[in-house]
Amino acid sequence: MIPPTFEYLRPESLDEAVRMLPDAGEDAKVLAGGQSLMPLLRLRLAYPDALVDLDRVAELREIRDDGDAIVIGATATHHQVVRDPLVREHAPLVAAATATVADPAVRHRGTFGGSLAHADPAGDLPAVALALDVVMLARSASGGDREIPAREFFVDWMTTALEPDELLTGVRIRKPGPGWGFHYEKFHRTAQAWAIVGVACAVRRVQGAVEDVRIGLTNMGSVPLRASAVEERLGGGTLSDSALREASEHAAEGTEPPADLHGSADYRRHLARVLTRRALTAATTR
Amino acid sequence: MTEIGHARLRSEDTRLITGRTRWTDNLTPAGTLHVAYLRSPHAHARIDNVDVEAAKRRPNVVAVLSGKDLAEEQGALPCAWQVTEDMKLPAHPPMAVDEVRYAGEPVACVVARDRYSAVDALEDIDVDYTPLPPVVDMEQAVQEGADLVHSDMGTNASYTWVFEQGDLDAAMRDAPVVLERRFVQQRLIPTAMEPRAVLCEPDGSGPTMDFTLHSATQIPHILRLMLSVVTEIPEHRIRVVAPDVGGGFGSKLQVYGEEVLALLLARRLGRPVKWTESRSEGNMAAHHGRDQIQKVTLAADRDGIIKGLKVELLADMGAYLMLVTPGVPLLGAFMFNGIYKMDAYSFTCTGVFTNKTPTDAYRGAGRPEATFAIERLMDELAAELGVDPIEVRRRNWIRHEEFPYDTIAGLTYDTGNYEAATEKALALFEYDKLRAEQKDRRERRDPVQLGIGVSTYTEMCGLAPSRVLGSLSYGAGGWEHASVRVLPSGKVEVVTGSSAHGQGHETAWAQIASDRLGVPFEDVKVLHGDTAVSPKGMDTYGSRSLAVGGVALYRACDKVVEKAKAIAAHLLEASEDDLDFGGGRFSVRGVEAAGLSIQEVSQAAFAAHDLPEGVEPTLDSDVTHDPDNFSFPHGTHLCAVEVDTETGFTKIREYVAVDDVGTVVNPMIVEGQVHGGLAQGIAQALYEEAVYDADGNLTTTTMADYLLPSAADLPHFTTDRTETPAAGNPLGVKGVGEAGTIASTPAVVNAIVDALRPSGVRDVPMPCTPERVWTALREGGAR
Repeated sequence: MIPPTFEYLRPESLDEAVRMLPDAGEDAKVLAGGQSLMPLLRLRLAYPDALVDLDRVAELREIRDDGDAIVIGATATHHQVVRDPLVREHAPLVAAATATVADPAVRHRGTFGGSLAHADPAGDLPAVALALDVVMLARSASGGDREIPAREFFVDWMTTALEPDELLTGVRIRKPGPGWGFHYEKFHRTAQAWAIVGVACAVRRVQGAVEDVRIGLTNMGSVPLRASAVEERLGGGTLSDSALREASEHAAEGTEPPADLHGSADYRRHLARVLTRRALTAATTR
Repeated sequence: MTEIGHARLRSEDTRLITGRTRWTDNLTPAGTLHVAYLRSPHAHARIDNVDVEAAKRRPNVVAVLSGKDLAEEQGALPCAWQVTEDMKLPAHPPMAVDEVRYAGEPVACVVARDRYSAVDALEDIDVDYTPLPPVVDMEQAVQEGADLVHSDMGTNASYTWVFEQGDLDAAMRDAPVVLERRFVQQRLIPTAMEPRAVLCEPDGSGPTMDFTLHSATQIPHILRLMLSVVTEIPEHRIRVVAPDVGGGFGSKLQVYGEEVLALLLARRLGRPVKWTESRSEGNMAAHHGRDQIQKVTLAADRDGIIKGLKVELLADMGAYLMLVTPGVPLLGAFMFNGIYKMDAYSFTCTGVFTNKTPTDAYRGAGRPEATFAIERLMDELAAELGVDPIEVRRRNWIRHEEFPYDTIAGLTYDTGNYEAATEKALALFEYDKLRAEQKDRRERRDPVQLGIGVSTYTEMCGLAPSRVLGSLSYGAGGWEHASVRVLPSGKVEVVTGSSAHGQGHETAWAQIASDRLGVPFEDVKVLHGDTAVSPKGMDTYGSRSLAVGGVALYRACDKVVEKAKAIAAHLLEASEDDLDFGGGRFSVRGVEAAGLSIQEVSQAAFAAHDLPEGVEPTLDSDVTHDPDNFSFPHGTHLCAVEVDTETGFTKIREYVAVDDVGTVVNPMIVEGQVHGGLAQGIAQALYEEAVYDADGNLTTTTMADYLLPSAADLPHFTTDRTETPAAGNPLGVKGVGEAGTIASTPAVVNAIVDALRPSGVRDVPMPCTPERVWTALREGGAR
């Protein structure tokens, strides 16, 4: 209920935010909705010296068309993302996964970039970012603009490739061409609970053959993971029921799932296999 | 429309839903100091030293106190239920002094000018602990040589309580079918929406110092008496107010250390002090519920006729006995037989100390545990015999023409009609159609299997006849008080000793008074929850409010009418025998024009210019009602689940609840109680569990770990009623606060087991999480 004392900074523009961040010190945290950070503060699991609140930085909230891609601003709320026509048309996987995040109250405060920068492997959006192979857009006062591919962004448990003085400003998502299918299969005990396991998949088929497939796994390790063994088995082949079933059996390979009150590591491995099969089936069935 | 039976919107809801009301935490008188507690991180440890000096030097801090500083004045928290003569009752200091016995026990407190400063200063209190071996597992705790929670007692068993009726040995020996099962009632955290909060304001000084204590409590009257006993502050110097209270489910039927300490701190500092807990604090330190290991043995003949039932319980008390801790599992002793006839019954319960948060009443308190066991057994018996679970119940239940019926557990069920409720439920559920679908899915080996669960429950409400409580060695009675005051203007004030914490008494009580007095609903104001306003009361728990307090009000209304009738007869110069009363008006039979309204009579009673001989001025009455018997709601609940055998996920597909709660005052309130009860009972079956690790640390301290279902997780509830009035009270009401919780848990688990039975599964421990279902399937399949 009662967070520890901290300095509170509230920039009005992106430039000001980027300038403020290095001055706020090593232990500063960026507040981008607060749906993960505030509970950590209230439980006194985090003691940042300062919070840099992005709430007033209007330019970070935009979702825009960028030619062959769309860019979702870092502080676009989940609610905004779910309802946005550009996202629904060009990134339906993002819209579908975001709609499963927590509950309406959280979705009205929590932000797209905040979830990614928080890098909780149990969060839904990091696995989606992997499956869509998105590009993270970052900016700092010292280094200017930098692009980080999703596969290089999540480096450890709740740790990203962002430098301490660097701000995630947005995410670029390529518009999919024809033949793509998507699905996010989330398994949780209650509607508001974290995923025990989630599977995000993006599949492109050309004349029945799998041209491209990317599968992101939620909560199967200290970072969001790709189910590479499944992807390898499916690439180039046709998607028969048995091929899909066989490939999905390899979904847990290379993962190190956590064990907690909601599921043992073994159970999570089992779920990864079942859910991967279901996600692939859904993504390729229209 | 008559008011009794009218589905009225609740008049209190505007303020409760908006929160613009007197929650205790909304009250902050000028000069209020804020309290924060440092709590033990250990399940069991000796306190070697508490250094509060650094914390005292923090800004805005007014006082920092350890248990040692308060040892002389803090007394011991009360247990009102000495269930056996030799029950072990350890001293329970509001703040630990020498030893901590559960993680979360208060060790020290900071009083500061604001809440932030108080919580910050906790970090500067330095406590030296010597860890002691924690006692976490109940079954190990009662083994020879086990580590002890209270070393001076020489045992972890607080008591063993026995009830026996009939020749059980003979019944077991001669029965061709004997089923033995072990069920675990997991520990639950009541999780009221409003956390605990207390504010104490001192006034004056010396021996005439007065205290007004606001608390989010279910029991202002009991709390006042107990605070006086514990602190030795005279009872008449303490006023307890339960303002609007946001739920309790039994967790606020308690005398908490934080309430006692608020009084002591206010006395010591001479200023108002306030404390409101955080959710995590509440999870650790407000009392928990359930937590029993049940060994149950059922004997039956080949036709499924029950011959006898043996119940052996271990009940986890936690570290201390609180207000009614030891009695809670014993309430189940009267309910394990359910609605069934049998020749022999034995019940044994051992209360066990562990280094965990104390347990106490939680919605249903003893009855859900009992109902779960018998209703699970009935399904097991049906499966054993290859008979439909409805049919096996029919063969054993008390038939409607057999009431009143003296049960094997020593109660007299006054009325009931199990046949009618069951018929209605089966029709609404489309039982035969679902059984056909189940058969089809089994034959197709569908990965999603369908299961059907039955629960034909009864329970005891209307706690309680005082003489029965006396015979069970409970420390108080079970009556309830009501006052009715018809004001000079003809408006009505009703005062009830049973204070609502969300149940809607203000609406339902106004309906009763409106109905009985013939005055408009809006003309009735219900007052409650303040010992200065409603001096007598036994408070709110055990589905007692309507069946005891509502009946007190009903009788008080009739008493007012009786007095008014004497005055009316006098003024109308008629005989009382010739007066009729209806629609709020006394009229002389046969003389249409001659009459007086109750408002006119009230005016006359106030003016007192012309009253009959011996009649006192003003129109009011008081009734303290002590019930003759419990009331016995019953019903039939049917649940259909779809179990995903690949993931273990259970989805409730249909839920039908047909309840018989007697006469219904407000159907909308009853429906709300049923819905909430179902949600909570289903939550025990599927979601909730307070989990301790091997060191005795509670791992479910937040709602991310302690899962509560929301509307999104629950099915559409199909609810209906049969209405067999209770014979024991003039209103015919039974009580509905706990019925849904009691009935639903076994219905859900029975459905899950029914879905999986072809795979060899005979039980799934609660909560039936997806992983547990998946594990049961793997183990069942391997058998």
